Amino acid sequence: MATVLDFEKPIAELLEQKEKVEQVASKSGVDVSKTIKDLDEKIKAARKNIYEHLTPWQKVMVSRHPDRPYAISYINAVSDNTWIELHGDRTVKDDKAMVGGFGSLDGRTVMFIGQQKGTNTKTRQYRNFGMPNPEGYRKALRLMKLAEKFNKPIVTFIDTPGAYPGLEAEERGQGEAIARNLIEMAQLRVPVICVVIGEGASGGALGIGIGDKVLMLENTWYSVISPESCSSILWRSWDFKEKAAEALKLTASDMYANKLVDGIINEPLGGAHTNPAEAHKIVKHEIKKHLDKLDALSPEQRIEKRIKKFCAMGVVKE
Amino acid sequence: MSNWFKRIKEGITTSTKDKKETPEGLWYKCPTCKTIIPSEDHAANLFVCVNCNHHHKIGSKEYFKIIFDNGAFHEINAQLKAADPLNFTDTKKYTIRLDESIKKTELNDALRTAYGKVHGNDLMVACMDFSFIGGSMGSVVGEKISRAITYCIEHQMPLLIISKSGGARMMEAAFSLMQMAKTSVKLSLLAQEKIPFISLLTDPTTGGVTASFAMLGDLNIAEPNALIGFAGPRVVKETIGKDLPKGFQTSEFVLEHGFLDKIVSRKDLKQTLGNLLQMFKN
Ligand SMILES: [Zn+2]
Repeated sequence: MATVLDFEKPIAELLEQKEKVEQVASKSGVDVSKTIKDLDEKIKAARKNIYEHLTPWQKVMVSRHPDRPYAISYINAVSDNTWIELHGDRTVKDDKAMVGGFGSLDGRTVMFIGQQKGTNTKTRQYRNFGMPNPEGYRKALRLMKLAEKFNKPIVTFIDTPGAYPGLEAEERGQGEAIARNLIEMAQLRVPVICVVIGEGASGGALGIGIGDKVLMLENTWYSVISPESCSSILWRSWDFKEKAAEALKLTASDMYANKLVDGIINEPLGGAHTNPAEAHKIVKHEIKKHLDKLDALSPEQRIEKRIKKFCAMGVVKE
Repeated sequence: MSNWFKRIKEGITTSTKDKKETPEGLWYKCPTCKTIIPSEDHAANLFVCVNCNHHHKIGSKEYFKIIFDNGAFHEINAQLKAADPLNFTDTKKYTIRLDESIKKTELNDALRTAYGKVHGNDLMVACMDFSFIGGSMGSVVGEKISRAITYCIEHQMPLLIISKSGGARMMEAAFSLMQMAKTSVKLSLLAQEKIPFISLLTDPTTGGVTASFAMLGDLNIAEPNALIGFAGPRVVKETIGKDLPKGFQTSEFVLEHGFLDKIVSRKDLKQTLGNLLQMFKN
């Protein structure tokens, strides 16, 4: 049974009605094509109406929808199942919350890297809920350097509730690992495209987020802190997450308007979780489009533009 | 401050009325070992406890005085102030928070940049002020560091960043987050110019500051017993569900795990910087 978010209930009810009508029809042989067509129209209208008016907090909930495609799902689809996963940071271990490896994008080798969440209780733990340890960031950097060495472009999929705040993570330098990625990604000579496919929480997201093009799927969020944590710190209560979500301006449209990301990728009507195959297709198309544009620039031009872009972020009064 | 201490303070106020230049009062009580010494003596000892070596938090004003020859320096971009790009309000409007902080601290934001000489060597110093909204990193901190790096590249001048921060400035949300990116990508240009960057981590250095410029020094040095980490100790404790080991996330702990080059006491800071700058030069 698919997970239904509160505000999706009107859609779920219509879907249920449709299912019942179909059941009746298959038993009785009555022609219900007109009813089904009407219901399809209603479902579409309901999705459109609801998804056009999502609040920031509702978008945060969609970004965390358990049926949403995760990094490996995109990687496999975009690379037509050619992806060869590569493991380990060559220092400590293999971080299961951060995955990476070469894959073929319509014949062209690309280094795909992403934060991976699990799909059930067991794999969620295995993936540490998509929260990388320092070795995850170091694995990502190793693979990026590998890609650079062989002149292959890099695509990262961002989807994390944050870098893991554990004891060993601190011992092994979580801060240093993320910082190192920021400075190293700035100077990568190959094209780098970053796509926020779910949650973009703070430094943990940014650690694989320094790209020539940073794109956000329509129903994702990207900010310095989750709305829940923001609520607990600034309002000193967990009850203001909706308010915090609004104040943080963390949606794709807000981030784009504030020039903190380079583009928004539309999701299938009703969110990526309602039609993962369509979401895969759209993302692949966007990646190819941007790669073509980035190919036209020299490595020096790309690096200069990349650095200038991030240096322009921020608003001060002289 | 305990009531007992207040009484002592009040009791001796009249006899030493002329020694007004010490702002925190006339006596300093060490929070670690409880030793009480005249504030003047404490200041003369660079705000380090004479008894237990506790390094009291100080700001840019004090560091500039300690580091630069004859306390002489040129501050740059002092006029920069925070805007409120998100029109942010939590329990209070961000603009009001800013006004109050400016009034209280007599600072424009949480970082000042100035250049001068250290034992005759040129040095740009970017120093955070914890008293300004917890030393949080917003657009002004990022922009000042970015401009300081530009200056360093133009003048081939080494850079010292003194970190003292609780991390991101939440009221600037993603703008604050992107200052991590901004400062780090800009530091990559300094690195390409092979201009030395020394990072000094002081108590506390956490969050987005640790996960960007503070950990990116050619040399990372720290004051003794400073809190240094990515996640704050309370968050780590909640995550693991048990008490943290003694000394967790101190300078000594971070040194032992390989992320610091050296721990430097405040009284040795200027001499150490001078020596290091000479090493890079010769
Ligand atoms: Zn003491």
